[in-house]
Amino acid sequence: MTKPLLEVENLRVTFPTSRGDVDVVAGISFSLGRERLGIVGESGSGKSMTGRSILRLIRPPGRVRADLFRFDGQNLLDLSERQMRAIRGARISMVMQDPKFALNPVMTVGEQIAEALRAHGNLPRREVSARVLDMLAAVRITDPKRVASLYPHEVSGGMGQRVMIAMMLIPEPDILIADEPTSALDVSVQAQVLDIIDEQVRQRGMGLMLISHDLALVSHYCDRVIVMNAGRIVETLDSGQLGAASHPYTRALIEAVPRLDETRDWLPTLPRAGGEVA
Amino acid sequence: MSSLSDAQPAATGKMPMGLVRAWRLVSFIVRFAASLLLTFLGLLAITFFIGRIVPIDPVLAVVGDRAPRAVYEAARLKMGLDQPQIVQFIQYVGAVLSGDLGLSVSSGRPVVQDLAEVFPATLEMATLGIAIGVLLGVPMGVEAAAHRNSFGDQIIRVVGLAGYAVPAFWLGLVGLALFYARLQWVAGPGRLDVFYDGIVEPVTGLLLVDSLLAGETEIFWNAVSHILLPAAILGFFSLAYISRMTRSLMLDQLGQEYVTTARVKGVSERLVIWRHAFRPILVPLITVIGLSYASLIEGSVMIETIFSWPGIGNYLTTALLNADMAAVLGATLVIGGVFIAINKVCDGLYRVFDPRSR
Repeated sequence: MTKPLLEVENLRVTFPTSRGDVDVVAGISFSLGRERLGIVGESGSGKSMTGRSILRLIRPPGRVRADLFRFDGQNLLDLSERQMRAIRGARISMVMQDPKFALNPVMTVGEQIAEALRAHGNLPRREVSARVLDMLAAVRITDPKRVASLYPHEVSGGMGQRVMIAMMLIPEPDILIADEPTSALDVSVQAQVLDIIDEQVRQRGMGLMLISHDLALVSHYCDRVIVMNAGRIVETLDSGQLGAASHPYTRALIEAVPRLDETRDWLPTLPRAGGEVA
Repeated sequence: MSSLSDAQPAATGKMPMGLVRAWRLVSFIVRFAASLLLTFLGLLAITFFIGRIVPIDPVLAVVGDRAPRAVYEAARLKMGLDQPQIVQFIQYVGAVLSGDLGLSVSSGRPVVQDLAEVFPATLEMATLGIAIGVLLGVPMGVEAAAHRNSFGDQIIRVVGLAGYAVPAFWLGLVGLALFYARLQWVAGPGRLDVFYDGIVEPVTGLLLVDSLLAGETEIFWNAVSHILLPAAILGFFSLAYISRMTRSLMLDQLGQEYVTTARVKGVSERLVIWRHAFRPILVPLITVIGLSYASLIEGSVMIETIFSWPGIGNYLTTALLNADMAAVLGATLVIGGVFIAINKVCDGLYRVFDPRSR
């Protein structure tokens, strides 16, 4: 494995509540190189918070602490807000879940993609628009010029998510976090969107962190899989070795997925050990 | 299916884009004019109806209560009151359209003439007031939301609360006592000092404009000094409302996913706030400002009374007290017309600022 870009040790994300502080991420450690890392877990397992804490987008009163939170030689928790802004988008970027809510309704698609580029340096207008069109073509949009002039409500969900990918990749980051990038989409376009992410990540040799609740999907698109539950890492597996999972929670997750060629009367339910999160 | 088509297909087939846009604009203008006409007709029907049901005899108002029976009947016939209601309504609409709102009993002049004097006075003050309210209230609301629960936010909220809680007459009197009587920063009640009265020929009726048109800068500054305090007080009230609404609209926006998206992209906080959070609230904010403006134009009776401002609020109150129905209906018609106009302008602005409504 290549030298890790991101090293995290004992990461904790804490939110105060009326019944005391709650650790939604309760001390996890992992590293990410130029590889494809999957994070799976059920709702509330802390996987999205892990992604957002890397970009330091946990808003107060939420708190992020870690023994080590190193990206490219610098401690992310020590950076000023201005230094952090230079990293967001340009070095580490994130594909959001639902393009219906994550794209600004009053700006055209082209403006929003161009903004991602302009936020990190001054480029001549002509070059910006040329790169926007190239980027749209790279995410397999057939008529980039027309699409760039559309507003988000004028594009379909699948195309909205491709626009989102284009927007997040245009400054050429080193790490792409994809937080449930397809769970808001029709099943028919999910594979297409993931293929585009996969293709771009490979071409650019980036690190990918794919966050999902879908174990099969993550193991298909990732090299390694981290299974999370109740804010903790339950198990880390190479994606080819899911069958060899030893932890009972992972086994239960795998067991709970129905297969086409079977006739089970009952699907097993997961043991909800995450009482402290609820 | 949707996986293949890149966008929802345009419904207009193969027409060139320019033609489509032009056609949409034309159809918009036609529908706009039609709805304007209908709304105005509705307003006329209401003022007409009010004129019929109030227990004031319009004939008596003209001939006086000691007129002989024959004179009374002749006047009644002459006023067309023996005609069926629908004929009277049509006559009424015709009269209004030709600019005839009847005679005011209290001033003895055509109501239109009275309104041409009092309405600009109110319009001038209300416009200055809303300008103050928007220019200060919107940035205050945005700032308060951006730094929620900070010290600045608390101050802005207290100022806003004061705008709700302080009565207009108290603020007017204290304002006069302080800034006019004691500090002498501004001029007193009225629109102008007495010795400037009647020098400038009314063109628009707005003194600030007319004096500049006539090249009378001295009169202009005198008018500014008179209007500043009442306009600032009206501005303070609309500021209270506008800053509160802006703050809550902004708080709602700052929680939206696309604001997070902008932060993910590394966009500066200033742009996150003004471009990504503020731009989408323009549409609801326009409604807030429009309503606030309309309520100022209705005329603040309290402020106009305290500042001896010859505006429409004052005029309407006097007319009501004198049972001067022609004046009351005329003023009502003007205020209703202003409401319609402001609403229509807001509708038009929605289309500019919200691509989803185009």
